[in-house]
Amino acid sequence: MSVDKQTVAKIASLARIKMGDDELEHLVPELNNILEWVEQLGEVDVEGIEPMSAVIPNRLRLRDDVIDADPKTAGGRRDDVLANAPAAEHGFFGVPKVIE
Amino acid sequence: MTELTKLGVKAIRDGVRAGDFTAREVAESFNSAVAAAAELNAFIVTTPDHALAAADAADKARADGKKLGAMAGVPIGMKDLFATHGVQTTAASHILEGFEPQYESTVSQNLWDAGAGMLGKLNLDQFAMGSSNETSYFGNVASPWRKDGTNAAMSPGGSSGGSSSAVAARIAPAATGTDTGGSIRQPAAFTGICGIKPTYGRCSRWGVVAFASSLDQAGPMARSVEDCAIMLGAMAGFDPKDATSLQMDVPDWEGALSADLKGKKVGIPKEYRMEGTDQAILDSWEQGKAWLKDAGAEIVDISLPHTKYALPAYYIIAPAEASSNLARYDGVRYGLRDLPEGAGLQDMYAETRAAGFGDEVKRRILIGTYVLSAGFYDAYYNQAQKVRALVARDFEQAWAECDVILAPTTPTASFPLGSLEDDPLTMYLNDVFAVPASLAGLPAMSVPAMLNSDGLPLGLQLVGKPFDEQTVLDAGLAIQQRAAFDHAPEKWW
Repeated sequence: MSVDKQTVAKIASLARIKMGDDELEHLVPELNNILEWVEQLGEVDVEGIEPMSAVIPNRLRLRDDVIDADPKTAGGRRDDVLANAPAAEHGFFGVPKVIE
Repeated sequence: MTELTKLGVKAIRDGVRAGDFTAREVAESFNSAVAAAAELNAFIVTTPDHALAAADAADKARADGKKLGAMAGVPIGMKDLFATHGVQTTAASHILEGFEPQYESTVSQNLWDAGAGMLGKLNLDQFAMGSSNETSYFGNVASPWRKDGTNAAMSPGGSSGGSSSAVAARIAPAATGTDTGGSIRQPAAFTGICGIKPTYGRCSRWGVVAFASSLDQAGPMARSVEDCAIMLGAMAGFDPKDATSLQMDVPDWEGALSADLKGKKVGIPKEYRMEGTDQAILDSWEQGKAWLKDAGAEIVDISLPHTKYALPAYYIIAPAEASSNLARYDGVRYGLRDLPEGAGLQDMYAETRAAGFGDEVKRRILIGTYVLSAGFYDAYYNQAQKVRALVARDFEQAWAECDVILAPTTPTASFPLGSLEDDPLTMYLNDVFAVPASLAGLPAMSVPAMLNSDGLPLGLQLVGKPFDEQTVLDAGLAIQQRAAFDHAPEKWW
């Protein structure tokens, strides 16, 4: 499978990265080289193999049902949460107007 | 006083404990060395006060007769992928420039609790995506090593290239690294130092800027196996804040170190004898076998049939996870915001991400977005996850025949900065020997073996069973004792 400029533009739009014509044209052969190279995975016989997402056997734990059990991940830290926001206003994250 | 910068973790820790020198003297020496090495560009920010404060605390604890921590008096470099409270944390990306976390990552907190101090935040490939340290927004990192008779700047490897450069240049006794597909081992090999990636889950990922969450794992980089064992012991441990953290005790790796490999079987995977591998690398591999045999181990040939497919599988899985993880950089909660006059929310996202991410990061986000998109998910992502299962199964079957695997760390020695920048695929191939252990979540280490004919370091890699960092470290120690690699780069910076 290979991508053309239109497809790269669509992917960039899905990924919310603005790209100019030059950049898109530059990326088409780069991505196609990489995609062509990963095609070789199609040779592998994967009959009956389950896809692996967790490599080391580990069970998901349940934590005690306690509010604010760990202060580091607890609530009540609004100022910390907002400390790095580019536009914090009135205790909220500010964004451009969404509703006309 | 400059002599102190020649010391490693163990020597500093023991010297501070014995009162041979103070922790403050050590911190001052390294702070000066860091300040004088700006040409390496190993640090994004320096934090001399942090190092001094930790040193003073260690000296006071000793004066008060208190028990000193495992890293007391040791100033280290912190890869700028770990969130550090109140200290800029960027992942070497413009999109996080100026970000000052309001919390401390678990791994860095563990190190401070053990008495270590911070010399500064180390440069890296942007979002840890790269194998040469040429993708940082804050400029390339230079290796302290140069080819004999040339002045060309060489790559320190990546992504933990600030870490490898600093430790090799003796401006830090040790540094943290992270390894997603070789980012500790490859730079360690390029710069003649040691680095270990533990079993996935040993070190908490909480507070580490995420790249590919099913692969990311932190580990130490230092100049000896003993130093790595000490520092890994301080970094590792169960953390309920990371859902994939291993709920297991941290063994006393340092205390149990032994270079006697009697009764151990070392596997030599035939598939690692790949086309394009330097003859010098193959020679060092042969030498490694002889060293481990001399340490009492039995050498056995093994097969890891899916080795060839590990790297292409990685270049689907890692970008897929990255495209998802990096969706958080939206110009709303932290980091850069690029909001042109009159632009709406969607434009703000796209402009911010266009201005904030570097080319390699964009490339990987696009690949990841593509392989996860409707209609391609099965052909790419699902197939890659199945191949990953086969790569892991290869290792499981190998453990029936051996206790640890010996292989080269990289197919070549370091290369000049800039020489591969237009060729992403060749760059990716640098991690061909490192990626299989990452996909399988196994502990793996690089130790320096020798210099090649250009005077550049070559590393050997050891891969162990899950949770068996000890055998990896033991085999590393056996190589270290026989390689007697005491080369240091000639100072030019």
